[in-house]
Amino acid sequence: MEALLLFIGSVLVNNFVLARFLGICPFLGVSKKVETAFSMGIATTFVMTLSGVASWLIQNYILVPFGAERFLQYVAFILVIASLVQLVEMVIQKTSPALYQALGIFLPLITTNCAILGLALLIAIKQYSFIESIAFSFGAGAGFTLAITMMAGIREELQFADVPKPLQGAAITLIIAGLMSMAFMGFSGLIPM
Amino acid sequence: MDKTMIVSLLSMGGMGAFFGLFLAYASKKFAIETDPRLDAINEALPGANCGACGFPGCSGLAEAIVSGNAPVDGCPVGGEEVAKKIAKIMGVEAGEAGERKVARLLCRGGKAEAVNRAEYKGVMDCRAAQAVNGGPKGCKYGCLGFGTCAEVCPFGAITMNENNLPVVDIDKCTGCGKCVEVCPRGLFILTGVSREVHVGCKSQEKGKDVKKVCSVGCIGCKICVKACPFGAMEFENNLAKVNYEKCTNCMVCVEKCPTGAIYSAFPNRKKAHITEDCVGCGACKKVCPVDAIEGEIKKLHVVNVEKCIGCSKCAERCPKDAIEMIRETEAEKAACC
Repeated sequence: MEALLLFIGSVLVNNFVLARFLGICPFLGVSKKVETAFSMGIATTFVMTLSGVASWLIQNYILVPFGAERFLQYVAFILVIASLVQLVEMVIQKTSPALYQALGIFLPLITTNCAILGLALLIAIKQYSFIESIAFSFGAGAGFTLAITMMAGIREELQFADVPKPLQGAAITLIIAGLMSMAFMGFSGLIPM
Repeated sequence: MDKTMIVSLLSMGGMGAFFGLFLAYASKKFAIETDPRLDAINEALPGANCGACGFPGCSGLAEAIVSGNAPVDGCPVGGEEVAKKIAKIMGVEAGEAGERKVARLLCRGGKAEAVNRAEYKGVMDCRAAQAVNGGPKGCKYGCLGFGTCAEVCPFGAITMNENNLPVVDIDKCTGCGKCVEVCPRGLFILTGVSREVHVGCKSQEKGKDVKKVCSVGCIGCKICVKACPFGAMEFENNLAKVNYEKCTNCMVCVEKCPTGAIYSAFPNRKKAHITEDCVGCGACKKVCPVDAIEGEIKKLHVVNVEKCIGCSKCAERCPKDAIEMIRETEAEKAACC
């Protein structure tokens, strides 16, 4: 029950992109087409879930017993994330070259997606249990996918809208991001965190 | 050594080794076989990822070349040298595709041939003149003659002649396309340097209206279309157009054009000349569109210089490479000696 609440909480209430403002780079960069945005979301979810689990294991079985969690946390987590992104890149290139092309530079850039490092650090700070951290990581990924797909959907529709010239491009995208963020604020209070 | 240090070294080193081995295994497991030509082309390209080719970076162009979506000389930065290397990798000749491009003017109507409908007193610039009610020239397609192209040419390859028409020095021209961009009437095109026949008119008016304003305009008589032995002359909007892929530089159209709108270096026309290597197979006779080759089977054939139009068809067909294409002035010499 606790894990389920945590999952819904990280998807809606504390959405990584729209409430915590993490992972804005791919959120704006890969949200031009729903299809690629969704694939990016899935790839990020995959990396997030695995790195969440891996960083929990490292935190609790390597860093804490050695008393090194204070100064090795960042390096260790980045190592995990970078390796996992490499793995995902290889898998995607093998299974779907088209998707690999579509994601382009943003695929290796998952490494530097602050949402993922943020997730790993949050798990450590909040001292979640193993099950909880799986739920939290997966929820974070799902929340990211939700946000980026919605954004892509809006931006696809936006191509037919009559946007004033000074607002075209990045400007209107940021305004949309702000409005979406405000809308997601409505979920706060849904679950007492 | 301090305990913290040992712990950090061990834990980080251990994790690094673990992930390294894990990734090494994964890269074997998920290895993708790439075209070896792809790597070779990537190597040959400059690697500047400038995007001037229109593809995303050098690897993008390499992929396009391998899949046949881009020519081997697709890299404008690397130029001929890189094109040759890539052509070697791909096992094709750079040949025609790698040919140097030069600018050609598509108007023949200078001061003497084309009439003016008004007097223009203003900034001596084609773009300015064009902006004033379409300029002073009677023909609304023709060269305005203020020499803006000559001014922008960074290589001094364009000069204005006495007849107020720009002349391109094809030895100096680099095919940079500045004149193509600047001409308000779009009278320049870039063609391969070996292309010799061009329609020097862009007027889409009917023949009668062309005649009123210019004596060398294309009047749409289609004589060239009928005369061309290779179907290389096309017609579009009352205007003749050379299909450069089919044109063999035979210049029959230049000869036949009643107004002289089609131009080429006619005095320098090529003629076929059969050397002693000829075995008399008769293959050239069959392909000659004007029956200019005479001679009996198994005997040395002779070209009738009067009839020969210099299309090079026979030279291409000859199995012994016994036919040379010589410029007319040289051909006369060869025939007499």
